[in-house]
Amino acid sequence: MTHVRIDDLTKIYPGSTTPALDHLSLDIGSGELIALLGPSGCGKTTAMKMIAGLLEPSAGDIRFDDRSILRDKPEHRGAVMVFQNHLLFPYMSVAENVGFGLKMRRTAPAEITRRVADMLERVKLPDMGARKPAALSGGQQQRVALARALIVEPDVLLLDEPLSNLDAHLRFDMRDLIRDLQRDMAITTILVTHDQEEAVVMADRVALILEGRLIQYDRPDAFYKRPANEATARFFGGRNFIPGMSCDGSFDSALGRLILPKDVATGPGTLTFRPENVRLGMPADGTNMLSAQIVDVVFLGSQTRLTLRVKDTLLEAIVNPNDVQALAPGDTLSIHLPQSALWVV
Amino acid sequence: MIGQDGIWTKWFRYLTCVILVVWLILPLIPLAIWSFARGWFFPDILPQQWTMQAWQYAISDISGVLDSLWLTIGISLGATALSILVGVPAGRALGMYEFRGKSVIEMMILAPIIVPGIAVVLGVHSLFIWLGLTNSVQGVILVHLIPTLPYMTLVMAGVFSNYDPTFEAQARSLGASPLKTFRYVTLPAILPGIIVGGLFAFLVSWSQYILTLVIGGGRVVTLPLLLFNFATSGRNDITGAIAMIYMGPGILILLLTAKHLSGRSGAVGGFGRL
Repeated sequence: MTHVRIDDLTKIYPGSTTPALDHLSLDIGSGELIALLGPSGCGKTTAMKMIAGLLEPSAGDIRFDDRSILRDKPEHRGAVMVFQNHLLFPYMSVAENVGFGLKMRRTAPAEITRRVADMLERVKLPDMGARKPAALSGGQQQRVALARALIVEPDVLLLDEPLSNLDAHLRFDMRDLIRDLQRDMAITTILVTHDQEEAVVMADRVALILEGRLIQYDRPDAFYKRPANEATARFFGGRNFIPGMSCDGSFDSALGRLILPKDVATGPGTLTFRPENVRLGMPADGTNMLSAQIVDVVFLGSQTRLTLRVKDTLLEAIVNPNDVQALAPGDTLSIHLPQSALWVV
Repeated sequence: MIGQDGIWTKWFRYLTCVILVVWLILPLIPLAIWSFARGWFFPDILPQQWTMQAWQYAISDISGVLDSLWLTIGISLGATALSILVGVPAGRALGMYEFRGKSVIEMMILAPIIVPGIAVVLGVHSLFIWLGLTNSVQGVILVHLIPTLPYMTLVMAGVFSNYDPTFEAQARSLGASPLKTFRYVTLPAILPGIIVGGLFAFLVSWSQYILTLVIGGGRVVTLPLLLFNFATSGRNDITGAIAMIYMGPGILILLLTAKHLSGRSGAVGGFGRL
């Protein structure tokens, strides 16, 4: 159980003027799993390598349980990193790979054998110890890499895109396995990912990093309900952005006047709401109702995406396919935007 | 085409093998016969009389062949060890990193293979006199690095150009010190290259004549020097016996490391640059 604090962590690579990571500050609770989320090149892996001790920060501090670890060598940090491409040592057996960290800590061979068997059991790979990594599937290799990191019971576990090399159906299993083991062993974990769904499903809190800067550090649902800015909303799949003026609990824009939830600030801003929160039909109380014309209908399988025109403004809505079976481009219908679904950035 | 080669392809392959073997073995047969002959004169196909005298002389204390053998083994092992010590880090730098003047350094490492040894050694000789390294075994070992190091470095550069250093970062992260990381992660990955490079270094050092002669000043008598002495003195029988002894280590090393030379190993990839 380790409490992690990152203060103004900055990295400027030699020969570059713009920082790869710019004053990142995070507070990670003991046993918490957080995700560093962002597109490739946003600085999230740079941050992780600095925590692991594989990269020297240009400025800032990293503290484990209020002790700065910047002077500790990677092997003494208590932070173990699992790389994206699993990096199993090819000439060692699976058991030797998993036991590697214990061997480096001079653990007795008998105990290594026992703990390796136990760990392989936990990642659901019993009786695989004698095999060579090359004889394993991608998903199995990733689980061995996870076992190899967890067996040393690290203070902090660092996972770099642990699911990105896996097929879709393996991803769900691996996701649940990581989450279960992490909760079970109560290891403070930092996950790096570019996949917002992965971050949202796995993490207790998500830190969104764009172009080296921390944009928002919050619980996953906040990124949908209260995004910090338009870029955040877009990163999380936001499609509707209408400029206008927020004033006394209502928003004036090209769509007309809409009633906002209570805690929205006053001033010029951009109204946003998620496509899946657009409702068809008349609202019970008559608020935030709009008349829309259908521009396009795209069947997505379990959902249907509508492109709607409201007073020359295009909106997107994601609805249940059963509700729009009879609709075609050119038709008009009533929609409404529930007050609680609106947010101004 | 694999598995269904025509009869001519098969014959051609067979013929090439035979020519290659004959080419390598044939010159050695007279030497082998000489070493057991008591006089062998034209037009006899085989000597009239056989004897072990040349061999007895060769392994006796008077001839100095065995002393020379141990000395040569020592010098070649020393040159190989130093080549590994210098060639592995140098190969890593050339194979993995980009830096200013890299192509110049590559050229300079290749230079001793291209420039004739006799030209280099005269310059080195005056330098070694100044450093007091002439006429000594240490001096000979050092000068052998000139031809051995290029092979070692190029083999290792080939190995390291296919090497992923994040394995080392992973080992460090799992708790391995830099030394243990090298022992458990780096070394097993590059060992085939070290074996192949070391083999070349050993054999190149083993066959040095002119460098040993000039720097050793005639006091460091390795097997090739001794062999040349006997060959020029007209003792064909003893020359034959020493030649057999001289070839021994090369053949032994080749047999021991043959599996690393199959071409499938990444270790020989560096020779693409030669």
